[in-house]
Amino acid sequence: MALLEIKGLHAAVDGREILKGIDLTVNAGETHAIMGLNGSGKSTLANVLAGRDAYEVTGGSVIYDGKDLLELEPEERACEGLFLAFQYPVEIPGVNNTYFLKAALNAKRKYHGQPELTAVEFLGLVKEKLKILHIDQSLLNRPVNEGFSGGEKKRNEIFQMAVLNPKLAILDETDSGLDIDAIRAVADGVNALRSPERATIVVTHYQRLLNYIVPDFVHVLLHGEIVASGGKELALKLEKEGYAWLEQDLAGAAR
Amino acid sequence: MTELTTNSTAFVDRLRTLETKLPALQANALSRFLYLGFPEISNEEWRFTDVSKLAGADYANPLTTIEADLSYIEANRYELILAAEAAIQPAADATSVILFNGLPVAGEDQDPALGVSIRYLSSADSAAGEIADTESNPFTALNAALFPGTLQITATAGAALEQPIEVVLISGHAGSSAPRITSPRIVIQAGENSQLTIVETYISLGSGTSLTNTVTEALVSRSAIVDHYRVNDEAKSSWHVSALAAALDASSVFSSHSINLGAAIIRNEATALLRGEHAECTLNGLSLGDGDRLIDNHTSIDHASANCNSHEVYKAILNDRSRGVFNGKIFVRLDAQKTDAKQTNKTLLLSPEARVDTKPQLEILADDVKCTHGATIGQLDPSQVFYLRSRGLSEGEARRLLTYAFAGDIVLRLKVERLQTALDERLRVWLA
Repeated sequence: MALLEIKGLHAAVDGREILKGIDLTVNAGETHAIMGLNGSGKSTLANVLAGRDAYEVTGGSVIYDGKDLLELEPEERACEGLFLAFQYPVEIPGVNNTYFLKAALNAKRKYHGQPELTAVEFLGLVKEKLKILHIDQSLLNRPVNEGFSGGEKKRNEIFQMAVLNPKLAILDETDSGLDIDAIRAVADGVNALRSPERATIVVTHYQRLLNYIVPDFVHVLLHGEIVASGGKELALKLEKEGYAWLEQDLAGAAR
Repeated sequence: MTELTTNSTAFVDRLRTLETKLPALQANALSRFLYLGFPEISNEEWRFTDVSKLAGADYANPLTTIEADLSYIEANRYELILAAEAAIQPAADATSVILFNGLPVAGEDQDPALGVSIRYLSSADSAAGEIADTESNPFTALNAALFPGTLQITATAGAALEQPIEVVLISGHAGSSAPRITSPRIVIQAGENSQLTIVETYISLGSGTSLTNTVTEALVSRSAIVDHYRVNDEAKSSWHVSALAAALDASSVFSSHSINLGAAIIRNEATALLRGEHAECTLNGLSLGDGDRLIDNHTSIDHASANCNSHEVYKAILNDRSRGVFNGKIFVRLDAQKTDAKQTNKTLLLSPEARVDTKPQLEILADDVKCTHGATIGQLDPSQVFYLRSRGLSEGEARRLLTYAFAGDIVLRLKVERLQTALDERLRVWLA
């Protein structure tokens, strides 16, 4: 059974339809890239899957791990193992990163009927993940994302992902605004977390991130629809030729 | 000598009969009060805080209740001490003083450290009245007329007490059911280079109509350091009016932290006069409003000397139909060059029916100064709530965590560990 099965998904923001029938199947262990120009609906798809309430689902279905994802609250989705790495991680002054992570992890454990981690167990886990991701420990005592550089914010997202250990990770434009070193650092983190149990959806505008996070499948989103799917070579073709040929194909098909 | 006022209530009429029974200074203050009258909302300073309920109550004669209170204390001293200890849970070696309706219960005559003394003085003997504004603040005038005595805390030059002096001010009806007005008065005198920390905690014994009208004066001499905390945790049936007046000499450091958790109506006035160069003043506040409560914080910082700094952060979290008022005055006089003043007021509205009125009021005459102020009023940020939910926290947990974080920086600024822990715990319970 597929981990994620999206069928005919339609979604609107402020009454304007952004997603116009998305079909996508993702299995455990796979990495999918969703590429597209700004405004194509990539981030909308990511946010709809995470459950942001500004987005209204107007049609279609999403089955995640055997459950109707669209029926779940955002926190239930998170506890079921879905993780969205935000395009713009939110700053939360006054909430310390460690406290936040502990609250999140324990919420998830409680959901699954597991006891809370002790302080020692939690710290052990956190330190192990920091080491894998080569992140400095000072990150722990800072307020969540407050005063972080763009690169630090994205790495903090990956760090949260490592601690929460999701089944399905959606990286929403994790490369945007980062220089090449920062992209590499983030990609190394993502790659370190790859596993046969985990699926990853990488949403991006550019191919360059995919040099480091090599996808099994690439899908191109245009005007709210997936207009092309293929292997990683599709991303290279897009890099070389841009999106114009897809626009023409689409126009041709419409005629 | 009494002039006509617009208020004419049974209580005001009763006060008129007291003029001849009071010592001269107090009689003067009483006539000032009778002239000013209880403030009405047509008075700009009281525009958002309607005290007509306070003004209309038929308070018992404040002079005759002193006798009753003294015998009540005599008979119930142990219970009063227990109530105070339950409220603050002091450390075993803490220095504490307990007052009941402004009268001494325990700890009012001690020297907790070399050069540091605590005394309860009759109104005639104390240093009360040097800096409190009896002229224009009617409640301060009323306190000056009726205060039964002064708790005077003194540090001589160079004396220091690291531990806080915990003053618990209990208000209660002492067996009678008539509305009560009580007028506690505290004077803090910090000599040159001395250091004092004072925590005032206001609680009620039982419920019933009562007005606590309290005044604290702090004289902070050259290079002295005074940290002042006041926690209001009175019964929800209480009214509370306070004035804190501080005068800062050169190079002194004064901080005030106002934590408002109780009472039906609270009106605090904190005023600081920076009268020596290089003085440093901090005024912080945190108010938690729920039900129909009203919490009004008026602050005033007078930069009367050059090279002084002031920082001010007042925050309020308002739920239900509660109301908040903030008015922050900063005066920078003509020769107060190089003043650095910063004022921040933030209010979090947790309910659509909660309301706040905020007004920064800066008057700057000097030309080489740095003065900033900012006020924000808002609800919790939906993008922050979503971010936390997307990591597994329920909506309720997310909202609680964000609300707690909003108050957190004020909690962290409390330098008394007991207060930090107590407020932290209180916040968690309040938010649950």
